[in-house]
Amino acid sequence: MARLKFLCDADRCIECNACVTACKNENEVPWGINRRRVVTINDGKPGERSISMACMHCTDAPCKAVCPVDCFYNTADGIVLHSKDLCIGCGYCFYACPFGAPQYPRVGNFGSRGKMDKCTYCAGGPEPDLTAAEYQKYGANRIAEGKLPLCAEMCSTKSLLAGDGEIIAAIYKERVLKRGYGSGAWGWKTAYRETIDV
Amino acid sequence: MTRTGHDRRWSARGIAAALTMLLALLLALPAATGSAFAQVNPTTEAVREEQLMQALDRVTGRVSIPDRKAATLIQVEGQEWRAYHERTLAWIGGIAILGMLAVLAVFFLVRGRIRTEAGPSGRTIVRFRWFERFVHWLTASCFVILALSGLNVAFGKSLLLPLIGPEAFSTFSMAAKYAHNYLSFPFTLGLVLMFFIWALRNIPSRVDVTWFAQGGGIVGKAHPPAGKFNAGQKMLFWLVILVGAAIAVSGYILLFPFYGTTIAGMQTAQVVHGLLGVLLTAVILGHIYIGTLGMEGAFDAMGNGEVDLNWARQHHSLWVAEEERKATADGKHGVPPTAVPAE
Ligand code: HEM
Ligand code: SF4
Ligand code: SF4
Repeated sequence: MARLKFLCDADRCIECNACVTACKNENEVPWGINRRRVVTINDGKPGERSISMACMHCTDAPCKAVCPVDCFYNTADGIVLHSKDLCIGCGYCFYACPFGAPQYPRVGNFGSRGKMDKCTYCAGGPEPDLTAAEYQKYGANRIAEGKLPLCAEMCSTKSLLAGDGEIIAAIYKERVLKRGYGSGAWGWKTAYRETIDV
Repeated sequence: MTRTGHDRRWSARGIAAALTMLLALLLALPAATGSAFAQVNPTTEAVREEQLMQALDRVTGRVSIPDRKAATLIQVEGQEWRAYHERTLAWIGGIAILGMLAVLAVFFLVRGRIRTEAGPSGRTIVRFRWFERFVHWLTASCFVILALSGLNVAFGKSLLLPLIGPEAFSTFSMAAKYAHNYLSFPFTLGLVLMFFIWALRNIPSRVDVTWFAQGGGIVGKAHPPAGKFNAGQKMLFWLVILVGAAIAVSGYILLFPFYGTTIAGMQTAQVVHGLLGVLLTAVILGHIYIGTLGMEGAFDAMGNGEVDLNWARQHHSLWVAEEERKATADGKHGVPPTAVPAE
């Protein structure tokens, strides 16, 4: 069985934010929430790099471990999903997540947290696949359609890769060998407890 | 890139820059006449994740979306917070609360109920007026619900969820969360009022030393003198006020995410809140025990507000004397002003 992961090749990312926009559009993400974002490190200085980041669908996911209502689950492909019906909007997954992936629409009491929203790897949620209810709560389910997440599919420089962890790691490795450099698979150590050694 | 490491200012980029300069010098020395610069590798100056993670607690950059907090790329503290919440808190909370229950059970078996030695006198004395009792029960009822709903957030998924299933547990937890969030306000009001009506009476005095020296009459058979509040009650009072205030402040920080705090601030607030919450709950269990099961006649003080005169003499001798003095000054004899014969 595949283990689906994300990999952002920071040496290729040009910070065009197309992945961010594609995600918002494909999933009709609530106002004020960005499931994916591009962070630029060392902005305007030598060695500047941009990294596209969303939920990494961690191995032994911290969000899943701390949720007080235990509303997370893993798909057979290792994607980390959650149930908005069960979520109570406590904010704990956000405290634990290394990547700031969980976000909350401000609909709760005192304008604070509503039901948590995060990247689903374009895999919808616990509702039956490709139903209106699923789309309304979680957005698209491209995985059920046999497609990969839109952000990675339409990345113009193919910096952002999605797919089976072993395959995308091999692609990255090959690139690094060919071009002679690579600043590493950002977030892999934290999310998957492994790096890609070249 | 913003540096958020504590004392690790000598971070990757500084070291990398120094190394690059050194390298440039070494290359330049033997080739003083020729070109000093070899082929450039574009990643020599690029930071790598591991370098940053070693130098910083949080990797932060710039984002072009309005959500500033999205600029934090990776925060490792999340892992520590997870370890705290899933292990440390469970151990501390479990030991504090179950330990307290065990201690109380053993104490009850060994010492039994503390009786009024002289028996009921049939006469009562007013101990707490309606407003004092109102404030006590306001705070207490909120506290019980806050504690139970808080414990549900911390331990419900291990204790309650397997019993009632995810849907029912989620519905219950949602209601408990609303209760926890809204009752925080009357609870805080109760704390403030309690401070104003009882703070003066709870200033430590010399009598308290004797009280402690004699074990408060709890261990042993002595009846150390005490004013309206004995040293143990004073300690409880200040514990409730101070720890309660810390719990309230940290709770409001959690309730209003990112109002003047960062994620690190909220994680800290959460740790403070959870730990003090379970510890104060354990202390209050002791308070509930001594106010009900543990001591005959004690509940009346907060129940109808009147206690038996013999109970008062045994536990709060100085206070009774004071009330009697006041009564004499008011022209009545020997009997406190508001005492009424019991039916
Ligand atoms: C006074 C004002 C208080 C406020 C504003 C407050 C607020 C909060 C908030 C926002 C949470 C996060 C979970 C949620 O959203 O439900 C929480 C959790 C919690 N609260 Fe409170 N609370 C207050 C008082 C108390 C008191 C008096 C206690 C205990 C006696 C308590 C015990 C707890 C516990 C044990 C947790 C769970 C901690 C964890 O899971 O680590 N709280 N509180
Ligand atoms: S990135 Fe965050 S939200 Fe996604 S699986 Fe990991 S801990 Fe959970
Ligand atoms: S916000 Fe929702 S999903 Fe996140 S930990 Fe709380 S209940 Fe679970």
